[in-house]
Amino acid sequence: MKSSKTLYVGVGLLSALVLAAIFAPLITSFDPNEPDYVNTLLGPTSQHWLGTDPLGRDVFTRLIYGARIDLAIGLLAVVLPFIIGVSLGLLTGWRGGKTDSIIMRVVDTFIAFPFYVLAIALVFIFGPGIKSIIIAITLVGWVAYCRIVRANVLVAKEQDYIHAARLTGLPSSRILRRHMLPNVISQSIVFAMSDIVLSILAIVSLGYLGLGVPVPTAEWGSMIQEGQGYISEQWWLATLPGLMVVYVGFSLSLIGDGLVARLER
Amino acid sequence: MLPVLFGISIAVFAIVHLIPGDPADVLLGQNATDARVKILNKKLGIDRPLLVQYFAFIWDLLHGSLGTSFYNRESVTSLILGRLPETGMLLFGGVLLSILIALPLSILAASKRGAFRDQLVRAIPIVGLGMPQVWVGVMLILLLGLRFPLFPVSGFGETFPERIHSIFLPSLTIAILLSPILIRSLRASMLEILDSDYVLTARAKGISTARITRVHVLRNAIIASVTVLGINIAYLVGSMVVVERVFAISGTGSLMIDSIARRDYPIVQGVTLYFAFIVVLVSLITDLIHAALDPRVVMK
Repeated sequence: MKSSKTLYVGVGLLSALVLAAIFAPLITSFDPNEPDYVNTLLGPTSQHWLGTDPLGRDVFTRLIYGARIDLAIGLLAVVLPFIIGVSLGLLTGWRGGKTDSIIMRVVDTFIAFPFYVLAIALVFIFGPGIKSIIIAITLVGWVAYCRIVRANVLVAKEQDYIHAARLTGLPSSRILRRHMLPNVISQSIVFAMSDIVLSILAIVSLGYLGLGVPVPTAEWGSMIQEGQGYISEQWWLATLPGLMVVYVGFSLSLIGDGLVARLER
Repeated sequence: MLPVLFGISIAVFAIVHLIPGDPADVLLGQNATDARVKILNKKLGIDRPLLVQYFAFIWDLLHGSLGTSFYNRESVTSLILGRLPETGMLLFGGVLLSILIALPLSILAASKRGAFRDQLVRAIPIVGLGMPQVWVGVMLILLLGLRFPLFPVSGFGETFPERIHSIFLPSLTIAILLSPILIRSLRASMLEILDSDYVLTARAKGISTARITRVHVLRNAIIASVTVLGINIAYLVGSMVVVERVFAISGTGSLMIDSIARRDYPIVQGVTLYFAFIVVLVSLITDLIHAALDPRVVMK
């Protein structure tokens, strides 16, 4: 009962923001990226609820449109790592032996790289932009799923239902897909919730460093960076985009906790 | 550990050689003619076969050389070493502060499971893990640098006390990012310790809670935090790169980001390698500390 509540509250909070992002043009009539040099750095007014930024753009509008970018890329960026990591984890746990030791050495190597350092290096290679962010997160992110699934496969492999499936002569691919996968995937799904947060944090950090989504597109990280210069007067410029991330992180962490409790039953 | 180091060297080498375009083109800018590009490529050794370049890279590496900067011809090793005080102090300060924050809070939470203070501490990771690194930094600048101007908001200072003063906010930023992770594992491991037979035995002997906490719980909790820190060192080091930027500290992370703008390949390569080495090294050190603190662990 209590776990369902956590899950629903999390889903509710997140959906509210997702809906706002989708229907942004209906909520606000301003353009998120068009400068308006007459109305720069306004405080909150009845027209501009949260004031305007140094280029006169409506802060509320940019926060909502920023959700489009940060949520979409954050979500998109974990899809590939999830698929790659889960598949390789299944394979390496199931096959064992040489396959396992080679894949695990690769995993160990990737783990030694601090994520941001590797991401920055990769953005350096492919140039700033959405494509680079997704490549960087994919290259680094699959490792965690691979390890989680592998550990679960190693346990499940020795269980009776898998032995039974093997004895009936089913091909490995079918055993893995129909019998193994549904039993080993739950932990990865839970991890994916916190992984989305991690990838949003990465997008925000790269945006701050000027290596992420190119300006002037509304994105929370670059908004924090732009706001930092005006921190002593217009403190909310840098504060609010960060709070948006905290909001997303909070709702996803509720969803994650709710899922854990649900899957453990 | 050796296969990992080998893997790292290949990965770092690949990173730089995957880059589209010609570094000579970038270096020469508008002055780039085909002939000049060719001469420069020869000078930089980029025209040689990949395998030869890789072995040259390893050979130099074994001699402690990471090449020279394209930008100002300085040795990459000395450039990195020159930034070491900043990065080292930030790493040390961040870890120290995060333990100082996480340890008491975890003890407080675990000592009365389910109580209000426990709920409060358990909420920290839920909120804390969603905070962007750069944002935490900017918020600390706002609060402790401007509203209550207790600390400098950027730079690194000249004398040692000045440096400690100016490294405090960046370290606190790291600590705020790191302590939610620490708290989550520490609270769990402390609950386990408090449930253990030896604590029960100690209680039965009439030993006071304060003493049990100090002698039994604290020691084990420190072992646990060392392990957790070891696991999260890669995350920690990566966050440092970003935090250095927020506070305009010219550490190794800033060196890397500046070099990206200049497309200074050897530095990007060198710093990436250097950070990966730090991670491997710190993991090793935490394993050794773990073994030294915990008599049950035997190093092979």
